[in-house]
Amino acid sequence: MTSVRATEARAAEAPPFATGSSDSVAWQRRHLLDLDDFTVDELELVMQTADTMKEVLSREVPRVPALRGTTILTLFYENSTRTRSSFELAGKVLGADVINIAASSSSVAKGESLVDTVKTLQAVGADVIIMRHSRSGAPYLAARVVESSIINAGDGLHAHPTQALLDLHTMRASFGSVRGRKVVIVGDALHSRVARSNLWSLTALGAEVTLCAPPTLIPRGLDAGEGTLPPVHVDTDLDRAIEGADVVMALRMQLERMNGGFVPGMREYSRMYQVNASRLARAKPGALVLHPGPMNEGVEISHEVAHGLQSHVEEQVANGVAVRMAVLWLVTQHGRRRAATETE
Amino acid sequence: MSERILFRGGRVLDPATGVDRVADLLVDNGRIAALDATADGARVIDARGCVVAPGFIDLHTHLREPGLEYKEDIESGTRAAARGGFTTVCAMPNTEPAMDNRSIIEHVLRDAGTRARVRVLPIGAVSRGRAGKELAELGDLAAAGCIAFSDDGAPVWDATLMRRALEYASAFGLPVIDHCEDPSLTGDGVMNEGWVSTRLGLRGVPAAAEEAAVARDIALAETTGAHVHIAHVSTRGAVDAVRRAKARGVRVTAEVTPHHLTLTDETVAFGALGGTELVYDTNARVNPPLRSRADVDACVGALADGTIDCIATDHAPHAVTEKLCEFDEAACGISGLETAFGLCMRVVHERRLPLETLIERLTGGPARVLALGSRVPGIGTLAVDAPADVVVLDPDAEWTVDAARFASKGKNTPLAGARLKGAVVATVAAGRVAHESEVAVG
Repeated sequence: MTSVRATEARAAEAPPFATGSSDSVAWQRRHLLDLDDFTVDELELVMQTADTMKEVLSREVPRVPALRGTTILTLFYENSTRTRSSFELAGKVLGADVINIAASSSSVAKGESLVDTVKTLQAVGADVIIMRHSRSGAPYLAARVVESSIINAGDGLHAHPTQALLDLHTMRASFGSVRGRKVVIVGDALHSRVARSNLWSLTALGAEVTLCAPPTLIPRGLDAGEGTLPPVHVDTDLDRAIEGADVVMALRMQLERMNGGFVPGMREYSRMYQVNASRLARAKPGALVLHPGPMNEGVEISHEVAHGLQSHVEEQVANGVAVRMAVLWLVTQHGRRRAATETE
Repeated sequence: MSERILFRGGRVLDPATGVDRVADLLVDNGRIAALDATADGARVIDARGCVVAPGFIDLHTHLREPGLEYKEDIESGTRAAARGGFTTVCAMPNTEPAMDNRSIIEHVLRDAGTRARVRVLPIGAVSRGRAGKELAELGDLAAAGCIAFSDDGAPVWDATLMRRALEYASAFGLPVIDHCEDPSLTGDGVMNEGWVSTRLGLRGVPAAAEEAAVARDIALAETTGAHVHIAHVSTRGAVDAVRRAKARGVRVTAEVTPHHLTLTDETVAFGALGGTELVYDTNARVNPPLRSRADVDACVGALADGTIDCIATDHAPHAVTEKLCEFDEAACGISGLETAFGLCMRVVHERRLPLETLIERLTGGPARVLALGSRVPGIGTLAVDAPADVVVLDPDAEWTVDAARFASKGKNTPLAGARLKGAVVATVAAGRVAHESEVAVG
């Protein structure tokens, strides 16, 4: 395969940026599916690698040939502007060939199964498949049937690991370690893959996480005990939950949740759960305001807060490119090591 | 042709007649001939070290014929039944078209007469086309040979239709078997609601979806005095409701599947072999969904104390492509006939259910639920003159589940690669050897 030869050729070169401690911590992952089994060391490695990538992005010509000859396909079954373009840019900065595959909203409706689709993409030479899918677990199925690296760019209600990584990166850029920090995630946690992935990474690093939402939007089983779900506080009263928070993360409130009867309407929801200036005043001074986007200003977040001094929403987007560069670099090192071993 | 067969030296265990001792059992002319018999010239099945029991009866089998033969047919389905120790299977009517009229029932029975390895008893649909709108011709279905009515796969959701069905069916002495589920509570749910569904980001089905429907059916059975049979009970609350109803004399019976008796919703996340990596096992997608440990424990307790009358497999074979897909898109069901005994034996080996009780819940229990003895005298027993339906079991034989070797066309089992302790050595149905395991048969 062309891609394997390219990987072999690359194996002899040093990367065009400082890899920091990435040689000292073993990275064993071919795929990035979720953060649920990430060790503290692995999270640190991603963060340090992302710092390196930020340096690359700050260069006059932000282009390096680190992934030259690597083929990256984005396969998005759900529409997304920011995540897809963020991945695309990350790949291009690193010199990879990035091809965007326009997938219909459902592989079943399209007639070709997901399994057949990803096998085809592997056959045309995909080293990495970046996948977004409306069904939870879809990237796990893909990872079982192909050798290409699968990166989960959001699967159903389940996980969005690169979003959680960029959220973590944004927090660390502001105040360093998240250990002992109070993070309040406000809104529809039941349907949020962002919240789920954030729970794993934040609690692994010792943050105190509170989910705040009406009881209809709180996932079940959070009290099931050790070995089940990450430890998290639940509070249905935002005025109380936001007290002393270091980070306030508002989640997008989907219009369809109204129709589903989860809440009576946007008016009541925003009255009770909108992150606005008066509520933010109860958080720690200078608390970070985050939002995974796209925002419904006036619903889960007020216009004033969304664009206020404490909002780090744009920084999140910028960090997203660096974090995704780090992820692309790390998962392709798996293939690089394997190719080097096969060459010996 | 039925044979003269001597089951030599096994522990003959027949809960219906109370026999439990080592003896030689002779069958002849398709009937149980004698206990402690000797017979020159008979075929001998060496049952030493094994249990000789009545052939199992499955009240809940999807044979898929007519119309869905790509999933299963009468020949493959009954071969799977024989391999699982079942000598009678009750065929569910969610075929295409549905088994909702006499001519389809007659077709199925005619086909079964020539191609089935074991006895096939048809269950007729409650409503025309299983659409839940108007009653099928239940009288005609009964006359054609149906032994119960069910719209299984879907609940009889209209409460008045259910009431009428119970009342009308009682004229023929037949029960309505209901798949208890409140679809408005199920919504888009695809697995049990709990920490595992949260972990996987899959939409949950609350236990209440089953319990609300069970409570309704109990109320209707109490109102009408008719017999309702609850299919595949899976929650603690449903079990409790059945127990209380039975205590006050309501005519309600219930079945549980081998998988709801042994597997929890964690199987969906991590597979039946355990582990820490998420697998989203579509072969563990089943309706009702695999539930929590507390629910499983409640089902075991209820089976032991008789609240649950019998084990039924809900054998639901599917094609490979119907499971090799996203979890939300996967078909519901487990190909269960061939693993039923080995899986249930887990509960016996854990000392939570006596072997005698397990055998009863696979033989006399299901026969009693549908009063099959009135139709096939002696079914589910080893009494003299009963049908020569006999199974030879090795409770301690260990084997590894290899779905590729299933007789069923449905290879959809979450147990692939699992070790089971308890095997079906031989199955004799109506005096014919319907299954002999490759090993250990003399």
